[in-house]
Amino acid sequence: RKYMRSPPTPEMATQEVPLNETLAHLKTESETLKSKLEEERAKLHDVELHQVAEKVEGLGQFVMKTRRTLKGHGNKVLCMDWCKDKRRIVSSSQDGKVIVWDAFTTNKEHAVTMPCTWVMACAYAPSGCAVACGGLDNKCSVYPLSLDKNENLAAKKKSVAMHTNYLSACSFTNSDMQILTSSGDGTCALWDVESGQLLQSFHGHAADVLCLDLAPSETGNTFVSGGCDKKANVWDMRSGQCIQSFETHESDINSVRYYPSGDAFASGSDDATCRLYDLRADREVAIYSKDSIIFGVSSVDFSLSGRLLFGGYNDYTINVWDVLKGTRVSILFGHENRVSTLRVSPDGTAFCTGSWDHTLRIWA
Amino acid sequence: MSSKMQSSSSIVQARRTVQQLRIEASIERIKVSKASSELMRYCGEHAKNDPLLMGIPASENPFKDKKPCTVL
Repeated sequence: RKYMRSPPTPEMATQEVPLNETLAHLKTESETLKSKLEEERAKLHDVELHQVAEKVEGLGQFVMKTRRTLKGHGNKVLCMDWCKDKRRIVSSSQDGKVIVWDAFTTNKEHAVTMPCTWVMACAYAPSGCAVACGGLDNKCSVYPLSLDKNENLAAKKKSVAMHTNYLSACSFTNSDMQILTSSGDGTCALWDVESGQLLQSFHGHAADVLCLDLAPSETGNTFVSGGCDKKANVWDMRSGQCIQSFETHESDINSVRYYPSGDAFASGSDDATCRLYDLRADREVAIYSKDSIIFGVSSVDFSLSGRLLFGGYNDYTINVWDVLKGTRVSILFGHENRVSTLRVSPDGTAFCTGSWDHTLRIWA
Repeated sequence: MSSKMQSSSSIVQARRTVQQLRIEASIERIKVSKASSELMRYCGEHAKNDPLLMGIPASENPFKDKKPCTVL
């Protein structure tokens, strides 16, 4: 089965180069544009978010604890996603297994064994009728979920995406028909699930892309990605163009998540900080960090109103941040190894974490 | 790769960078003060519907402990 690859760009075929476009000239223009960008962004930096937020009422004490523990994976949990029904969860592990759970009862509803270990990415389809996953196999595959528990899910597997390095993240768009992927090959790509055809590819990261998040549907066709090049890029899904780029983190960006209004996004990095970038101000507007927090952030997500930011850390904890004031409001303990993945449920009643300690926990 | 191709692909790369920067430089931006107040406004409008923020009673949260039901 053949997959369409993006064609080589027309420029590659051109032998002639206009006289005034020497490398030196282009590099100078590049530097000039970068300075201009910094200048323009600086002009609008009239105040800090936490200063504006001084007049907002502070948050009280939070009591959040583990309400469910999902046990069953034989090795590190690497990724998880919620079903839109707010109770089912799909998770994937280094042991090659993908499990669908009922988080209310902790029962396992489906299990698939992938042909590879390190299944780093998994996602639930919007309909709730399928899951997508992939990892070291460099692919993203879709498994329709059967009501028949005895049916072998692997038999109906559909290979959709094909990268030239590991799959780091995947997400259905607003339907079961398209999947967005990110990869260790430095690209993101949009695929048609039915045909496996490549619809658009996104080039711009200079190293592995580790994460992505789609803008809330009201905001239009964009998504954000984060990578080992320390950049967070915002992309136009239709044109493939990178429309905004942010480079303030000091290390790999492991997780990106849109603020619920779609006007901003948060990131979590190996530099032990989470940051908030406002898309309309086109700059970083908050850093969530403490001297005592020295381990990397693996995953971030917002509460429903965007007031709280949850971060899963490599020091086994979850830190809860006041997004507006920039302060930490809670620290949660429970996992016995790195927290590798974290998502708030669709109705915001709980959040789920997955860990290298082989378990998933539901917190509320 | 021949040196001619090497310099040609460096130029292609540099040209792409310049084009990308031109796009990024041309977007419209608003002040941080305005962006911040909009973020705050969104939080404020949606706060009361945020279960993790407000804390909802066990009876309304399927994950919180309730008295167990006995099925007869």
